[in-house]
Amino acid sequence: MNVVFYLSAGIAVVSTLMVITRLNAVHALIYLIISLLAVAVIFYTLGAPFAAALEIIIYAGAIMVLFVFVVMMLNLGPATLEQERRWLQPKMWLGPALLAGVLLAELIYMLARVHPSAGGMVVGTKLLGLTLFGPYLLGVELASMLLLAGLVGAYHLGLRPPLQSHRKGE
Amino acid sequence: MASVPVSHGLILAGVLFMLGLSGVLVRRNIIFILFCIEIMLNAAGLAFIVAGSRWESADGQVMFIFILCMAAAEVSVGLALVLQLYRSMRTLDADAASVMRG
Repeated sequence: MNVVFYLSAGIAVVSTLMVITRLNAVHALIYLIISLLAVAVIFYTLGAPFAAALEIIIYAGAIMVLFVFVVMMLNLGPATLEQERRWLQPKMWLGPALLAGVLLAELIYMLARVHPSAGGMVVGTKLLGLTLFGPYLLGVELASMLLLAGLVGAYHLGLRPPLQSHRKGE
Repeated sequence: MASVPVSHGLILAGVLFMLGLSGVLVRRNIIFILFCIEIMLNAAGLAFIVAGSRWESADGQVMFIFILCMAAAEVSVGLALVLQLYRSMRTLDADAASVMRG
């Protein structure tokens, strides 16, 4: 389990370093997804399997897809086709694929063991749910209000451009 | 958590947080600034998970779920602001929006 932790930590640091040094936003996005997957593996080794699943589903799934949508929306232009051609070069996807391959090997290694988190105690989903909806119920309500505020804010900010273009047309 | 010392997990969280912070300070593309904010939030969540694993309680994971909710709300509003900036300024440079006028 030690080896898996340190290998994932190294992958997370390297891919995060690549994120902040890339010039192209989509390249950085792929390295960021690899970094989040590595952190999910670290959560799994620390005995937090539900947090690892949430990290993959919400962070690497939902939030990163949102980023991809916006990056693709902002890239509309005549250079898009040429850019697409450049993205398919092997030197672009070879680095993320290599790091993801190491993560896959770690996953297979962990699944091959009988008890996945042999070292520490696993804090399971049942205990987490009892804690979340017991002592932290007020926090859940506040988080729901925060998400509602985020929804309303994003809707409001996305609604403005038609007004501006209308004003420009006058 | 018997196999990996707590300090190593916290050091990893600190390294990731510092990488995100340096990215915020160095990069001027606003999309990259949002990336680095995500990295910093993720590092904070990692520190919570490490601490919760050390004390073998679910509180760390509860805090991670709250951080996840906050990151989702922050990203939705932040990306809407990025689209707004791009529509009005035609650029993603954060320095282009340094003047608060109109």
